Amino acid sequence: MAILSLALKSLLNRRFTASLVLLSIALSVALLLGVERLRVESRNSFANTISGTDLVVGARSGAINLLLYSVFRIGDATNNISWKSYKKFSEHSLVKWTIPISLGDSHRGYRVMGTNRDYFRFYKYANKRSLSFHQGRPFEEVYQAVLGHEVAGELDYRMGQEIVIAHGAGKTSFTLHDDKPFKVVGILEPTGTPVDRTVHVPLEGIEAIHVDWVAGRQVRGLNISADEALEKDLTPKAITAFLVGLKSKIATFRVQREINDYRKEPLLAVLPGVALQQLWDLISVAENALLIITLLVVAVGLIGILTVMLASLNERRREMAILRSVGARPGHILLLVTGEGLLLSLIGIAAGLLLLYAGLFLAQTYIETHYGLHLPIGLPSLREWLILVLVGTSALIVGLIPGYRAYRYSLADGMSIRI
Amino acid sequence: MPQTAAIEVKDLRFRWRTGLPEVLRITSLEVARGERIFIRGASGSGKSTLLALLAGVNLPTGGDVEILGETVNRLSSAGRDHFRSDHIGFIFQLFNLIPYLSVMDNVTLPCRFSRLRKEKATASGNSLQAEAMRLLAHLDMADEALIHRPVVELSVGQQQRVATARALIGAPEIIIADEPTSALDSEMRQVFLHLLFQECEETGSTLLFVSHDRQLEHLFERHIALDEINRLEQVV
Ligand SMILES: Nc1ncnc2c1ncn2[C@@H]1O[C@H](COP(=O)(O)OP(=O)(O)OP(=O)(O)O)[C@@H](O)[C@H]1O
Ligand SMILES: [Mg+2]
Repeated sequence: MAILSLALKSLLNRRFTASLVLLSIALSVALLLGVERLRVESRNSFANTISGTDLVVGARSGAINLLLYSVFRIGDATNNISWKSYKKFSEHSLVKWTIPISLGDSHRGYRVMGTNRDYFRFYKYANKRSLSFHQGRPFEEVYQAVLGHEVAGELDYRMGQEIVIAHGAGKTSFTLHDDKPFKVVGILEPTGTPVDRTVHVPLEGIEAIHVDWVAGRQVRGLNISADEALEKDLTPKAITAFLVGLKSKIATFRVQREINDYRKEPLLAVLPGVALQQLWDLISVAENALLIITLLVVAVGLIGILTVMLASLNERRREMAILRSVGARPGHILLLVTGEGLLLSLIGIAAGLLLLYAGLFLAQTYIETHYGLHLPIGLPSLREWLILVLVGTSALIVGLIPGYRAYRYSLADGMSIRI
Repeated sequence: MPQTAAIEVKDLRFRWRTGLPEVLRITSLEVARGERIFIRGASGSGKSTLLALLAGVNLPTGGDVEILGETVNRLSSAGRDHFRSDHIGFIFQLFNLIPYLSVMDNVTLPCRFSRLRKEKATASGNSLQAEAMRLLAHLDMADEALIHRPVVELSVGQQQRVATARALIGAPEIIIADEPTSALDSEMRQVFLHLLFQECEETGSTLLFVSHDRQLEHLFERHIALDEINRLEQVV
């Protein structure tokens, strides 16, 4: 189109200002899309933490708290559940499987989780993906451990290595269960979930390292060696939580009610999906604030276009009079000015996309290794396209403002040349 | 078909806005095809206004403006813009060129808006660029080094010649020049007019030339003093 090629030439003539404006649009668009992608991916990875589990059961507290300690390994349980209660529900007729979880100890900052071999069979994350072994196999004996991928990677642990578990959580725990080391028999594949940061040991192992402990302290003089401990009954008396898989989803609410109404012990059963949603709602306030800020950054970029175009309009009245004299209609003038704004924004948006992909390409590995978040370099999602269309439309509207002014000028001035 | 007049104005009245005094009231003005007319008048007397009415950029408050047999004030606004681009070439006083276009793009600019002029410009089998070069050569502007300079670096006289080539391209029937020589020295003025006349003669264009400079008057075959044909006083 003749007028748009004029618009392009006019822009090229002012390439310095134009490129500054372009840069601001490109940066703001890249920022907006980057934040959006980060938001979506962190949300996905968050929702991917647990899958295929119908109920999470713990001592009665808050749903979010239960989810935080049992699934995310954040914070501590206020209370334990008795082994008896666990046994009762694990043998429930509607229950297909259960995974017991016993928390409380740590290894160099990583949580240690006592569980049984069902964990490796039934635990699922992401889209019903099972855990798989990078090396080795599930534990079979009391003093054996399976490491999450990050634990093995960060601490540079090998198969067969012996590790010592510290009492309590946190890196600064000084009381070590150094009389009963565990042997690494398996390392899991990365999952992008808290599993990667967990050391898994058998429930009996947790029991064994605590046989000579009472009320959180090692009893003086009562030193029971690792081998002697094996002689004892290592059935746990209590666990922290357990995950439940049901034979049929339809029974979920029924079993949940049964657990919540259990007389002998105050228990809480939550649907992980619901609790995750509640937790996410809590986080999404900050997330939305971030999105709004980046939208404002885009608005600032568009206002930059508007300013530059309005400022140049007055000095361009002569140009418009000349165009009118060679037969340009006022509508052409509108198109010329608006087209310039639109061209600037479209090129800006394209450059923004390019910047985004360059950024993703450079930061992908870093983000993945440091934050466990995988940012895929795929085509823009529908939502991202919508955002781009929104930015483009706003740019069109912004361009119409100086365009309309130029239109009014050219109607009023006609061919008379004004400076 | 009998040749219509180039310009025929009847009972023309014009005021810029309601509330403002009338600027023009012309009972009759007729210009034959191929005529070269010198229009003079005091500053502010309405010369540029008259040209804008003839070009159909502004509409008369009363009366009719007929150009080449077409009553332009009866055309739609788009129709008038189209008519102008097809049939009228303009040269202004100063800074006639679009600063961000090359010499070539400036000369061929009317052909972006008028297919008729594009066809006429290329009728000889020449490309548009070749026709522009031919016109520039006639105006002593064919120097390759000049053509590729940004137009803002050209001298005023050179700019006026580029503007003239633009007005002439596609041989519009009417050339309107609003004080095109006022920024030129007297020697340049003569040269410029000579070239302009030559080109108008070649294409048979009618030339309307507005100027304060009465030294140029004798070069034209017909003179119009706007103050004389403008009958404003009589109504007041
Ligand atoms: N766009 C406009 N809006 C309102 N009034 C205008 C406009 N353009 C011109 N005028 C008024 O119309 C009158 C005629 O102006 P015009 O420009 O036609 O004079 P002119 O004869 O061309 O003068 P000059 O020789 O100085 O160019 C002047 O009084 C001027 O103030
Ligand atoms: Mg004037």
